[in-house]
Amino acid sequence: MSQVNRLSQGGRIDRSHQLHFTFNGKPYVGYAGDTLASALLANGVDIVNRSFKYSRPRGIVAAGAEEPNAVVQLGASEAAQVPNVRATQQALYEGLTARSTNGWPNVQRDLMGMVGKLGGTFMPPGFYYKTFMAPASLWMTYEKYIRKGAGLGRSPAEPDPDIYDHLNQHCDVLVIGAGPAGLAAARTAARSGARVILCDEQETMGGSLLGSRERIDEAPAAKWVDRVLDELGSRDNVTLLPRTTANGYHDHNFVTLHERRTEHLADSAPTFGSRRQVRSRLHRVRARQVVLATGAHERPLVYANNDVPGNLLAGAVSTYIRRYGVVPGRKLVLSATNDHAYRAALDWHEAGREVVAIVDARANPKGDLVAKAQSLGIRIITQSAVIEAKGAERVSGARVAKIDAKLFSVIGKVEELACDTLASSGGYSPVIHLASHTGTRPTWRDDILGFVPGEVKGLTPAGGAHGIYALNDVIRDGAEAGVRATQAAGIDADTDTPALPKVAARQDGEACALYQVPHEKQTMRAPKQFVDLQNDVTAAGIELATREGFESIEHVKRYTAMGFGTDQGKLGNINGMAIAARCLKRSIPEVGTTVFRPNYTPVTFGAIVGRHCRDLFDPERYTALHQWHVEHGAEFEDVGQWKRPWYFPRTVNGKQESMHEAVARECLAVREGVGILDASTLGKIDIQGPDAREFLGRVYTNKWAKLAPGRVRYGLMCKDDGMLMDDGTTSCLGENHFLMTTTTGGAAGVLEWLELWHQTEWPELQVYFNSVTDHWATMTVTGPDARKLLAEVTDIDLDKEQFKFMDWREGTVAGVPARVFRISFTGELAFEINVQANYAMHVWKTLFEHGKKYDLTPYGTETMHVLRAEKGLIIVDQDTDGSVTPEDLGMQWAIGYDKPFSWIGKRALSRPDTRRTDRKQFVGLKPKDPKVVLEEGAQIVFDPKQSIPMVMVGHVTSSYYSPSLGHGFALAVVKGGHERMGDTVYLPMADGMVHEAEIVSPVFVDPKGERQHV
Amino acid sequence: MSDVREFNTRPAGSPGAESPLAWSFQRQGTPPREAKPGVTLREKAFLGHLVLRGGAIVLDEAVRETLGLALPARPNALVQDASGERSIQWLAPDEWLVIVPGGEEFALESQLRQALGQAHFSIVNVSGGQTVLTLRGENAREVLMKSTPYDIHPQAFPVGKGVSTVFAKATVVLRRPAEDTWELVIRRSFADYCYRWLLDAAAEYGVIVER
Amino acid sequence: MFHIYCPYCEEHREEEEFHPKGQAHIQRPEDPEACSDEAWGDYLFFRDNPRGVHHELWVHAVGCRKFFNITRHTVSYEILETYKMGEQPTITAQNLPGKDKQSGVQAASGGWQTVGARPESEALNDASNQGARV
Repeated sequence: MSQVNRLSQGGRIDRSHQLHFTFNGKPYVGYAGDTLASALLANGVDIVNRSFKYSRPRGIVAAGAEEPNAVVQLGASEAAQVPNVRATQQALYEGLTARSTNGWPNVQRDLMGMVGKLGGTFMPPGFYYKTFMAPASLWMTYEKYIRKGAGLGRSPAEPDPDIYDHLNQHCDVLVIGAGPAGLAAARTAARSGARVILCDEQETMGGSLLGSRERIDEAPAAKWVDRVLDELGSRDNVTLLPRTTANGYHDHNFVTLHERRTEHLADSAPTFGSRRQVRSRLHRVRARQVVLATGAHERPLVYANNDVPGNLLAGAVSTYIRRYGVVPGRKLVLSATNDHAYRAALDWHEAGREVVAIVDARANPKGDLVAKAQSLGIRIITQSAVIEAKGAERVSGARVAKIDAKLFSVIGKVEELACDTLASSGGYSPVIHLASHTGTRPTWRDDILGFVPGEVKGLTPAGGAHGIYALNDVIRDGAEAGVRATQAAGIDADTDTPALPKVAARQDGEACALYQVPHEKQTMRAPKQFVDLQNDVTAAGIELATREGFESIEHVKRYTAMGFGTDQGKLGNINGMAIAARCLKRSIPEVGTTVFRPNYTPVTFGAIVGRHCRDLFDPERYTALHQWHVEHGAEFEDVGQWKRPWYFPRTVNGKQESMHEAVARECLAVREGVGILDASTLGKIDIQGPDAREFLGRVYTNKWAKLAPGRVRYGLMCKDDGMLMDDGTTSCLGENHFLMTTTTGGAAGVLEWLELWHQTEWPELQVYFNSVTDHWATMTVTGPDARKLLAEVTDIDLDKEQFKFMDWREGTVAGVPARVFRISFTGELAFEINVQANYAMHVWKTLFEHGKKYDLTPYGTETMHVLRAEKGLIIVDQDTDGSVTPEDLGMQWAIGYDKPFSWIGKRALSRPDTRRTDRKQFVGLKPKDPKVVLEEGAQIVFDPKQSIPMVMVGHVTSSYYSPSLGHGFALAVVKGGHERMGDTVYLPMADGMVHEAEIVSPVFVDPKGERQHV
Repeated sequence: MSDVREFNTRPAGSPGAESPLAWSFQRQGTPPREAKPGVTLREKAFLGHLVLRGGAIVLDEAVRETLGLALPARPNALVQDASGERSIQWLAPDEWLVIVPGGEEFALESQLRQALGQAHFSIVNVSGGQTVLTLRGENAREVLMKSTPYDIHPQAFPVGKGVSTVFAKATVVLRRPAEDTWELVIRRSFADYCYRWLLDAAAEYGVIVER
Repeated sequence: MFHIYCPYCEEHREEEEFHPKGQAHIQRPEDPEACSDEAWGDYLFFRDNPRGVHHELWVHAVGCRKFFNITRHTVSYEILETYKMGEQPTITAQNLPGKDKQSGVQAASGGWQTVGARPESEALNDASNQGARV
């Protein structure tokens, strides 16, 4: 098919530059400068989709973001698939491949048409609520069926080859929209020296001026656009962002802009040399001031069969003719309520095609454009409207009648006019979406028949966005908005009204209010009058909703699904509200409006994610020894953001150990020889100051008054509700100097906790806290041979009388200054070696050189867990969950009840709830079957024969197989557990199996604790 | 304060030291040389980093005495000596970051402690816990805009400024010691992530890493 | 995404740099042991949730690590002021209406999520009624 609707001249397209594209598998040709929509119209493609609910054929209606029908799936290859693209916003490029998202198997021959017939009764308003209430289990089936029929686009099944990113922007003035108001605002703001960002969603900046018949400074308006853009482009305080949609307006003037950088070039972003370009970018803009110059959307009239292809917005007709050189038909009927719409008829006429009639709802239209139409001999039918379109797959005629808009009735005889295109205009709705995102309430204005943005701090609306439509007024308003915004941003600007270009003032007659056009039949019986084309919401549907008792417009919206499509009801919402108002016999402001949420138009996930994906999804934190672990085959475990070695499988006889085998070997090495753990991830906080000791006494449950330099103590930290929040050892380095360790996951939280108490409750205490987690690397050498090994590489006296359990000493290890702490998380003799992280690898390797003869075994977190659990040592947040007190843990030995200061958590320990004797208490569990390793998280009951739901009395917190003991064992919390030693409890599992276990002491190995003292 | 245990963590001899980026350089390598890189990265490894806490007036005197620099009292200020090798940066009303050539930090700490006597203050050596990356080139600013929400426009971020802020999903101390140079002080454990992020964000402009 | 003025860094920073820590001006009882269980429970668990002016404790976690207070309007999300620890707010629910006019602060009439469904009670929208609980 050739470009039957293309004019031989005119428009902003390059006829010397052909572009080939396919739509639904058929090849077409368009020109550079086309959108996909203009190219489809040029080629005479009427049907672009099937409707969501009724499966009716649909054509292109609009020329911009408000398009409800021409929503397509883009992409030639699987990896390049993009759903939800509005053809009206997609620039044409060579090789573009698009498909309809609705219609199965295709839009021309639609099997769902059968369902469409059904659809009328099949999907009434409230359809989802009525139909799918029960059984809930069938929803998946329903949804699959609806989606297959309706088609909502699909995501690619292959990875996206493109890259996306975020850019953080800051500016004094962000101008959204580069039409006449936005350009004028940006220019005044820019001249003041302010940092200005001007963004516009279209391919080219200029907005309505790109297809305007008006003249500025006695030249075509587009020339003025070029001049302003040249000036703005030459300033380094201005950032111009075309193809960039402001999608979300968030708190405190934080605006997200979605810039499509290469989507007009190809399916995938081009590569320059080895440098792949960013396909789309999310600008996160913090603007001091925002100028909202988003213009207005034209409202279509709601008449019968207003969805048949060939029904367009009047303004869209003008845009296609003037900007793209495309006349989307041969014979036009225009149905209008205002002068501005007359442009469509004038442009159509000037393109050399027939204007059958202008049907004007006003009794006595007058204005410059009306006069012009009259002078051209165009027939104008007054006080009338198109009440119904004829045709199935394309408009074939218009039924026109005299109407009384106030009484909502047809008052004259119906005349039928033959035509193939029906343009309508019911007025203009300011684009207030972004302002709505802030939560402000729009205000209805009778004089412009539309909602304008409510007040938003830091926001200045300009031009059409608040109902100013005449070009000379729009430019003045924009320039003034630029001045106001600049001043509000604190820039010392020239306060004079800037020089304005000359625009001939046009006389426009007053518009009249008309939304739904009356029909001879009642709304419920008339052919369908569509309000929301994307979601197939009709005037009858809204009427039914109000009759069923839905009075709030928000409820009507949800009941009918009006405005729930990807277009957010840009065309239909006001008409819907007007119809609800008519039915409820209220005014539009009384009915109110629904509000809009981000995003204004759909944003690709790529842009939302930016480069926070794949390897960069989340930080991976490494210790100084990470490389060694990788090179020695460690399997890693995520602990917070840290990568910690989990276990080190060896290859034995060409076979790699399982985790079970590796852990068993590592455990026995520690219990019988010597093992080494990278414990660098533990949080470390340096505490200095004369009140450091006092402070420790207040935040820990136990006593710190007498801890001498050279000594280490284990401490428990509670919140003021008495529940354990963290634990760790703290060493006295000097009288006023301590080193606190925290759990790996608790490091940042504990530091903030200490600062919280210091800064808000006890600022008089002289103490400072600083994180030294990353400064020190920590290596734990543990096992009966630990002393022998360490002695080979250190100058510290390791004699057990000189360097006792819970002492620390300083010296060198492998020639590197080190602090060595004799603390144990395994129950064995252990030395924790701390060296500056830059030297850790040297020390670690030296230990291994000397460790060969002792078969020094590196072990990971899994072995660490088994070894500590065998000793009944807790891991905060594994064995506790924020509801466990130190007493519940049986750690009364670590509670300083008689400390003079009422330390954090103390008072709560005497509340009635914490004194209950049936609290869940920390115990050991020994499964009766030695082969059983209980499931962590398994629930515990006292009586396995009771009926379901059983009374659950606790759960397993840690559970492992102990290679030393030769059986499984677990740690658990059980109600009143401390008094139940020796009792049997039961653990019913999901598969019906019930395990039996005995409540025992949580210390399974070396209960007297002798081994760590050797 | 005499009741604080001073400890020189830098060995006297020269056992192999590894900077926080050693593993990254080995694993990632450095990108191939570019004729016209938009961004140039360089690590300034093994410097001496001290965190100073205390009252500004007390510390100022001691810092002038020992370092010959005035303590920056204004928020987010960075001062350097003439060589640019020694610097002090405001981190908080009672906290400053001192960076000096590697090996000077322990002597400096001792001198400061001497000068400060019995005043209430703290000095913490964090030299092993962080490293400095410099970022240069005509696209350095864009790379930073991709990485940090802080406003790095020259009007908002003149030479002599430094802030602690967000960097991708990590944190950074970001400083501008010279017109064409940005310094990122990054934590050791996050260094590899930050490095990979920077290479990825700068790829579009061409990036080289000076070693 | 709030834009928060840190009174210590003396400039606005992005919300990502901060952590919210709940209601401000909650003081730990001087002598906990002398507290009744009820008083201790109040201190631990009970917090205001006003529609309107709220004083909140925040920390500049990624910046200077200092805690400070924010007076925030919970409907408009406007931050009316920030002030250092130990200081008292100059803007409160009681004195807001006057201030409101001066600084262009939106009163709490917005934010009604269901427009058209008439608010059951105008009082719900009236920020000045929140004074009693603060």
